[in-house]
Amino acid sequence: MEIKRVITIENEEATRAFGLELAREAKAGDVIALIGDLGTGKTALTRYIAEGLGIKARISSPTFTIVKEYPMGRIPLYHFDVYRLAGDNDILSGQDIQGEEGREIRMRAIDELYNIGADEYFEGDGLTVIEWADLIYEALPEDTKFIFIEYGEEEDQRVYKCTF
Amino acid sequence: MKDNKFLTLGIETSCDETAISVVADGREVLSNVISSQIDIFKNYGGVVPEIASRHHLENINGVLETSLKEAGVALDDIDLVGVTMGPGLIGALLMGVSTAKAIAFASGKPIVGVHHLIGHVSANFIQHAELEPPFMALITSGGHTEIVQVDDYDKLTVLGGTRDDAVGECYDKVARVLGLGYPGGPKIDRIAKEGNSEAIHFKRVYLEKDSLDFSFSGLKTAVLNYLNSEKQAGREVNRADVAASFQQAVMDVIVKKAMDACETRKEKKLVLAGGVAANSKLREMLDKECAKRHIKLYYPAPILCTDNGAMIASAAYYKYTKNGADGLDMDAYPYLEF
Repeated sequence: MEIKRVITIENEEATRAFGLELAREAKAGDVIALIGDLGTGKTALTRYIAEGLGIKARISSPTFTIVKEYPMGRIPLYHFDVYRLAGDNDILSGQDIQGEEGREIRMRAIDELYNIGADEYFEGDGLTVIEWADLIYEALPEDTKFIFIEYGEEEDQRVYKCTF
Repeated sequence: MKDNKFLTLGIETSCDETAISVVADGREVLSNVISSQIDIFKNYGGVVPEIASRHHLENINGVLETSLKEAGVALDDIDLVGVTMGPGLIGALLMGVSTAKAIAFASGKPIVGVHHLIGHVSANFIQHAELEPPFMALITSGGHTEIVQVDDYDKLTVLGGTRDDAVGECYDKVARVLGLGYPGGPKIDRIAKEGNSEAIHFKRVYLEKDSLDFSFSGLKTAVLNYLNSEKQAGREVNRADVAASFQQAVMDVIVKKAMDACETRKEKKLVLAGGVAANSKLREMLDKECAKRHIKLYYPAPILCTDNGAMIASAAYYKYTKNGADGLDMDAYPYLEF
C-alpha cells in the first residue's frame, strides 16, 4: 500500500482541520479506514468529520453496537468500530491482526461483518468511517482511503499516513 | 387479559441479546427469557447470542415460545406488543420489530415502539412497586453513560452523556489490556477489591464546570500509557492496584456528576439503570453520598440491568396508557433521540 501523504498533527485543533477537510471531499459510497492503536484519536477524528458533514449529534464510540448511523448531515455518516467483531481477542494488547498471522481472526471478523449487512453500508448513500479497519482488511472496497495513525514524539502529537 | 391483568409482551433485540418477556399491569414479571441464559440454544450447533441479526432470527421463535410457556399464557391472552425500535444495530432491531408487527397484525393486538434507554429506566418500575416519576436516572452500560431527568413516564430529558467511550466499554478495554478477559466490568470490580485505589493517580476528567457530560477516552489512554511505561522500565505491574485506581477514577467522576444533577435539580430520588448499575464500588459510593444528602437510591436486580424484554414491556405499557398505540407502519431507527 502506497503512502501518498504524511501529516504531523500537533494538537486537537489540527485534528479538527483535517477532519473538516475529509468531510468536504467526502461523497456517497466513500469508505475511510482508520488504523491505529488504542488512544490515537480515531473517534476524535471521526467526530470532526461528522462536524464537517453538518451533523450536530453527539458522536460517541460505536464499539458496543459496532455501527452508529447519523442520517442528518450533508450525506449520512456510518461510523463503525469493528474491534469487537472477532469476539474475544487481544488486539488491544498488541495481538497481530495484519499479515498471515492475523488471517484467522480477520476471517472471523469479516464473517460477522457480513452478518450485520455491512457491505450495504459501504456501497450506500453515505460516508463510512471504520475504526480498527485492518481487522476487516479483505472486506474493504478497493478505493478505500486508508489513514494510519501513529503516536508522534510529543505527547499530543500524532502522525497521519494517508494512501490518498 | 388473564386473571383480570393487562398483559404486555416485550421484545428486545437491539444488540446482542434476543429477549422476550411477559409483564402483567406494567410491573409484574411473568416471564423474562434472555437467549444467552437458556440452555436450549447451547444444545444445537453451539448457537450463542451474537452481534449478528442472523442469530436473532435463529433465536427469536424459541425465545417467544419459552417466554409464553414460562408465563403460563397463550398469545391470545396478550393485550399489547411492545418492542425496542431504537437506538441499536439496524439489522438486529428489525428482527424484533418485524416479529412484533407480525404478532400484532396476525392477532389484531396493538403495538408500541419503545426507546431502548426508556426501557432501561423502566426496569426500576418492575423492581420497585412504589417508584413513580419524577426522579433522576443514571444509565451506565457497555453502550451508554447518560444522566437523564425523568419528569413523567414519557417525559425524559438527557442532561448529560459521554462524549466518547461509554463507561462499560472503557471497563472492557482496560480489562483487556490488563489481561483480565471478558466481561470487563465484573472482572475489574472483583480484582479491584484486593487493590489499593490510591496506588496510581489517574486524572479525573470533569470537563467544563457545570457540565454533566463524561469523557472516558483519556482515562483509557492513561491506563495504557502507565502499563507501557512500567513495562519499559521492567517493573512488575500490580493489576489489582491498577484496577482499583482506575475504578476509583471512573466512579469519582460518575458519582460527583450524579450528585450535582440531583442537587441542582433538587431531585430526592436517584434511579440506576444499565449493566454497570451492578458494580459494587458504584453502589457503595452512591449509597454513602445519597445518604448524606437524603437522596433515596433505587437500583434494579442484575437480571433487569442487562438488556431484557421485561423493561421494554414495562415502558411499552406506560407509553400505551399515556399515548395509545403506534401504527403498523412503525419502524426501527438505529439513531433515535427521546
